[in-house]
Amino acid sequence: MDSKVKIKAEGVNFFYARSQALKDINLDIYENQVTAIIGPSGCGKSTFIRLLNRMNELLPHTNITGRISLDGRDIFEDSVDAVQIRKRVGMVFQKPNPFPKSIFENISYGIKVNGIKDKTFIEEKVEASLKKAALWQEVRDRLSDSALKLSGGQQQRLCIARCLAVESEVILFDEPCASLDPISTAKIEELITELKKDYTIVIVTHNMQQAARVSDYTAFFLMGELIEFGRTQDIFTAPKDKRTEDYITGRFG
Amino acid sequence: MKKNLIQDSGFFILFLCMLTTLIFLGLIIYFISVRGLKVISWEFLTQGPRMGMTQGGIAPAILGTVYLTLGAVLFALPLGLACAIYLCEYSPKGFTVNLIKMGINNLAGVPSVVFGLFGLAVFVKFFGFGVSILSGSLTLGIVILPLIISASQEALLAVPQSIREASLSLGATKWATIKNIVLPTALPGILTGIILSIGRAAGETAPILFTAAAFYTRGYPRSIFSEVMALPYHIYALMTEGTHPDQQTAIAYGSSLILLFLVLLISAAAIFIRQRQKNIHG
Repeated sequence: MDSKVKIKAEGVNFFYARSQALKDINLDIYENQVTAIIGPSGCGKSTFIRLLNRMNELLPHTNITGRISLDGRDIFEDSVDAVQIRKRVGMVFQKPNPFPKSIFENISYGIKVNGIKDKTFIEEKVEASLKKAALWQEVRDRLSDSALKLSGGQQQRLCIARCLAVESEVILFDEPCASLDPISTAKIEELITELKKDYTIVIVTHNMQQAARVSDYTAFFLMGELIEFGRTQDIFTAPKDKRTEDYITGRFG
Repeated sequence: MKKNLIQDSGFFILFLCMLTTLIFLGLIIYFISVRGLKVISWEFLTQGPRMGMTQGGIAPAILGTVYLTLGAVLFALPLGLACAIYLCEYSPKGFTVNLIKMGINNLAGVPSVVFGLFGLAVFVKFFGFGVSILSGSLTLGIVILPLIISASQEALLAVPQSIREASLSLGATKWATIKNIVLPTALPGILTGIILSIGRAAGETAPILFTAAAFYTRGYPRSIFSEVMALPYHIYALMTEGTHPDQQTAIAYGSSLILLFLVLLISAAAIFIRQRQKNIHG
């Protein structure tokens, strides 16, 4: 394993009220690599990545034990501000969730809430982010239109651009193509491959072909446990665990 | 075939109910207009009453109602909105909050004359504001407070969790999320609440009966500590007191028409603003 560990999960347990959603998860996420998390519905994969940007703590009656570190520093330490973590670890959600504002405001929002007021800087950043998300050509003439007028695929790329504008280091994708058509899906996958030059990427997906296409590492979750983790190539061609093999070959899930 | 028949007759009954409602609305506007229109003139709108309420206009009452309604909204809106934000966004969910919400709902059910007596005891007497615009506005404000709180709460709850999460995931603080994303999105709903409460405040008689309203004032109010005439109370007084019932009834209908028109006007303005907001925010 060649590259640097960006995020490290050690003995992570997570509880919703009394039910345990994650059991003793140990997982390394490597810098500038794409890590896919696969598994059947309800296996805890979304729960897991929502821990990485401390999103789960918005829910009542949850509890976590164990340690998750970002660049070696525990993100749940008292002195660490969740807002700072979320700035560094961005997220693209399952359903496109643009703000009911203009296309421009959607992208500039994240820059502005982080305290930047310089107008030209913001304008340049918006353009650069839209270009990076392969959306600029389609929206350059209507930046002041409502983002809700865009198609589903365009909205999802807008959400990616919004995330890029805050200059995070890690981007979490929570089933980003679940509600998109194949062409939009192909565009997003292409984008993910492009983005890993600058970002560390974690993607949760139901679609095994997608995991095989875009990821360098794959983690297979089942009923809250991490069953197997390794290079995507190895997981898909020579899984060590019988359950991983069954899932990948479509025997359940 | 039989299924279709049942469905069609069902739709027809629903249609009839809708039509009945519409007919009542039409009748109200028709009767008030027919009886009220004949007294309406420039003089009626711009001058005070003369000759023991049988002649002249209702200008002081119009102005009084505008002052009282404005005062009530100015008092209740910030308080109610802040309360709704706290309950929806900040308060820990559980027993206490449910108790508070129940309390607010009950407040909405309190008969308005009880609010009138409360206003008399607290604002007029205890705080010593006297029978005045201030006392009346505060009392009316409390009457519309539950309306504003529940409309705002509903509007806030209708904001999808997904866009709050989107904002937080970009490193926005909770307050920044509320201020920049949640409130603007909820604004049309909040405005609806304000529209409803304006109609309510302008039309209420009982809460201002002991706290603000005067049967007759010479000229216009000088300050927020002055008594005022107000349209609903003026109508009530015209119909129950005085010595020239015929002339007074006509003026009462004219005043009702103006009150109706005033509420419609304010509502139209609020709807206009809401529509513009909707266009901007999708």
